[in-house]
Amino acid sequence: MATDNSYQAVMARKNEIMKAAVGVDYGVYESGSIAFDYEGMMAATGYSLEDVQAIQRGFCVGGTPLMELKNLTALARKLAPKGYGARIFVKDEAANPSGSFKVRRAASSVYAAKQRGYKGVISATSGNYGAAVASCCAKAGLKCIVVQECFDSHGLGQPEIVEKARKCEALGAEVIQLTVGPELFYIFLRLLEDTGYFNASLYTTYGVQGIETLGWEIAQQFREQVGKDPAMVVCTNAGGGNLTGTARGLLKADCHAQVVGASVNLKGLHMASDRQFNRKSFTTGHTGFGVPFSTWPDRSDVPRSAARPLRYMDRYVTVNQGEVFYITEALASLEGLEKGPAGNTSLAAGFYLAQTLPEDECLVVQETEYTGAGKHVNAQLSFARSNGIEIKVGDPAEEVPGTSIVLPAHPSMIKARDIDMQNLRRSLIKHAVSTLPGCEENKAADLAQSDIEFLAAETKSSADFVREAL
Amino acid sequence: MDEKRAVKGDWVRLHIVAMEPAERAEHLPEDTKNVPLEMWVKGFLQNETAEIGDEAQVMTRTGRLVCGILTERNPGYTHSFGDTVPELLQIGPQVRSIVFGGEQ
Repeated sequence: MATDNSYQAVMARKNEIMKAAVGVDYGVYESGSIAFDYEGMMAATGYSLEDVQAIQRGFCVGGTPLMELKNLTALARKLAPKGYGARIFVKDEAANPSGSFKVRRAASSVYAAKQRGYKGVISATSGNYGAAVASCCAKAGLKCIVVQECFDSHGLGQPEIVEKARKCEALGAEVIQLTVGPELFYIFLRLLEDTGYFNASLYTTYGVQGIETLGWEIAQQFREQVGKDPAMVVCTNAGGGNLTGTARGLLKADCHAQVVGASVNLKGLHMASDRQFNRKSFTTGHTGFGVPFSTWPDRSDVPRSAARPLRYMDRYVTVNQGEVFYITEALASLEGLEKGPAGNTSLAAGFYLAQTLPEDECLVVQETEYTGAGKHVNAQLSFARSNGIEIKVGDPAEEVPGTSIVLPAHPSMIKARDIDMQNLRRSLIKHAVSTLPGCEENKAADLAQSDIEFLAAETKSSADFVREAL
Repeated sequence: MDEKRAVKGDWVRLHIVAMEPAERAEHLPEDTKNVPLEMWVKGFLQNETAEIGDEAQVMTRTGRLVCGILTERNPGYTHSFGDTVPELLQIGPQVRSIVFGGEQ
């Protein structure tokens, strides 16, 4: 009998497709209620931090420079109250093969796929992760397919995503490009089923464990180069894996820096809207992914996501598009470092946050990304202008996503604006409870103590907070 | 060589309608639900010859055979650094002036 490849039929068998494509039976970590064995799942690869480091070395990944941005620090100190303005450092992840930290996530996945006899690897991503998987597959001798959401219904491609397609193809991958829509996941599932390839999901344990080495390196490099730990680590946050992995790596190194997530504010734009697709100048690292993935991590492409940022996040701030573009220009002009704008989201936030910390403290921005045609401040702003977005110099607080981009008239206008963490935590708890069967009133009352404790860990809060939220 | 005509083995791009509007997922914004989900793939042409607009088959980089409408022969890249955005030109001088002299 022919397989039913209708949308409904394929989506209905997604769990069995995923089981074959990632080789993980997520069922064994389930309790049958809200709680699941997160640490058990994270340990199930059998890879220690040292193993992951060795795998990454095999792909020439990691060991990127930790750079002190002395001129950007000087600029921050000019704007900060006397005695304030922490030393700003950046981890130059653009120095990795493929040009971003994402290759840390790809290395273990591709290594595991090779070990287990898969002939190829598929990834659904419009971001730097595609080139990361393609790079590792090239080295491992595996085939690679990258599935992108790239065009609107007029065939107009986001320049940054078009560039990422080019890079994937340069590294030998097959790129499949789609118009806007979450049914990308359906196409992805069909490809997994048809090819029998490995799903290099960003959200498996392999993907998140891979970033633990980044947090670990930050702690080690600070101790060697600076002689002390950083007070604050700022991570650009979208799907949550970057922050989760970095924070876990810091903890494994016994570094207890404050962990801050930063996203570009794209409030009001719908991520599945064809018309709004090309009205945003950031394709990732924005609130359109960052907020929903924080408050409900299991919306990802695997049954249980290894990226659970609210377990580790101390603060979550937003910056506006114009602020990130400004800081990207400032980084080039003051430090001689030309980097991709999306990776500088955390730098814009860090530039402001440094002004709130004493000058004898250190703050680290944990990534940079490569830049090039399409993936560039000028390319993005020029594209935005041609799409009717107003570009002006003024007060970035007045920026309206999808309508205007406001470059700060002065660097003192760059601000990182806090998102209410308690609201995010409550939202996660509410989502978790809503997944249970039964009527709404009874669900909260019926929760086991183990569920309460799980939710407290999920939200870096307490059992009392969870009970109150319920 | 006729740019509209491709021969077997040429590197070409295909267009495929992956889902018609009626087949699309529920809970989509109207603007997305009203248009098809479209897909583009590249590969080596398998037909002896094909013209732009013809139904054609390619073998992709991973060896998959895919059918669709031929849209381009020797597809390239045209993305760039864009037109000059004059507002950006103010930033470098401003931050250098604050750090290295001038504004306090």
